[in-house]
Amino acid sequence: MVRLVDLSGPDRENMLKKVATLPRFAERPWVRGPALGKRRVAIVSTAGLHLRGDRAFGPGAAGMDYRVIPGDVPASELVMSHISVNFDRSGFQSDVNVVLPLDRLRELVRDRLVGAAAAFHYSFMGAISPVTQYEPKARELARLLRDDAVDAVLLSPV
Amino acid sequence: MREHTAALVPPRALWVPFMLGRPFGVPNDAAFQRRVLLAALRLLERETGPVLEDFPDEAPYDDLGEAPVDLVCPVSFPSMPSGGTLGERLAEEVARLQAWHEVAIHYRGRTTLGVTGLQPPEIAEFLASWLTGAPRPTFRDGIASGDALKLACDELKAYYYEAKSIQPGRHASAEIHDWFWMQTAAGQVLLAIRDKAAQSSDPSMKTLAMLTLIPRSVDLALQAARGGEPQPR
Repeated sequence: MVRLVDLSGPDRENMLKKVATLPRFAERPWVRGPALGKRRVAIVSTAGLHLRGDRAFGPGAAGMDYRVIPGDVPASELVMSHISVNFDRSGFQSDVNVVLPLDRLRELVRDRLVGAAAAFHYSFMGAISPVTQYEPKARELARLLRDDAVDAVLLSPV
Repeated sequence: MREHTAALVPPRALWVPFMLGRPFGVPNDAAFQRRVLLAALRLLERETGPVLEDFPDEAPYDDLGEAPVDLVCPVSFPSMPSGGTLGERLAEEVARLQAWHEVAIHYRGRTTLGVTGLQPPEIAEFLASWLTGAPRPTFRDGIASGDALKLACDELKAYYYEAKSIQPGRHASAEIHDWFWMQTAAGQVLLAIRDKAAQSSDPSMKTLAMLTLIPRSVDLALQAARGGEPQPR
């Protein structure tokens, strides 16, 4: 998202500094699967989204866990408690789908371009560094997705 | 960021040129969002990888789309109150925005408020207490002061943004941002709270002061204004 050249100097520097903190993986897993029209798709956001009554995200441990978003949740029930203030939120405030396109996913299922939408989607808050701290919760989430028969996951960064 | 994706080398990735906070391009444009979503999902059908593909199109607009033409707002949009303490001006501003915020909820069928559980006037009151010598440490038991302030400040900002964005006309992200930080009492309150947090010995206040309350772009703009240099945007 966004080009580095489109950011201000300090924002650009901040983003570039993070490259060195990113993990390098020894393996390159590659999995093939059925055609998209037969896939069951879940969306995982890093936008700090959750149901209104759920725990807010925050620094430390409160920020590393995921929140569950039921697939049939009304948009009116979704709020954002990401700790960063350096990205636009007016788009989300106006239309959830610009961050978490559940309506668009349902339409693709309706049009048979996607096999099915998962029963649950999820959100992390993508502000914790180094990102390796998310691994235990990410592995836990992978088990939940498998149990939901999900065979395609879209990670949507914010 | 494309550079981050290139370093991580995930199996399949679609880089998009949209502003941070809008991974699916533009609000209120279902056709465009669908194109982005489908472009990402279709990477699943690639036979070999890793794949890092660039979405070919820019977002068609930078704003929130056209507000509904049949909106009737009962009051004109308020300019910043000019008298009284900063806390009093904040309370008056919040009260004046209520009608617009109700219009926003009516039109959109939703609000993103509700994380704190407070109504906007209560948020204003809580934040205003931090401008005095007797701040309320928190609005709920079990939340540290810094965390409480963070949630309250973000929620107040959401209230303002939602009210502003429903006005007739098209509203760019940068326009709403600049209005909030440069033209409202609320923006001044958040800046004042940041200054207080920076002086606090409470560990929960340090992150607030340094990182999570004021956007870097605001500090840049204020610095430029003080130095008389062109404001970077």
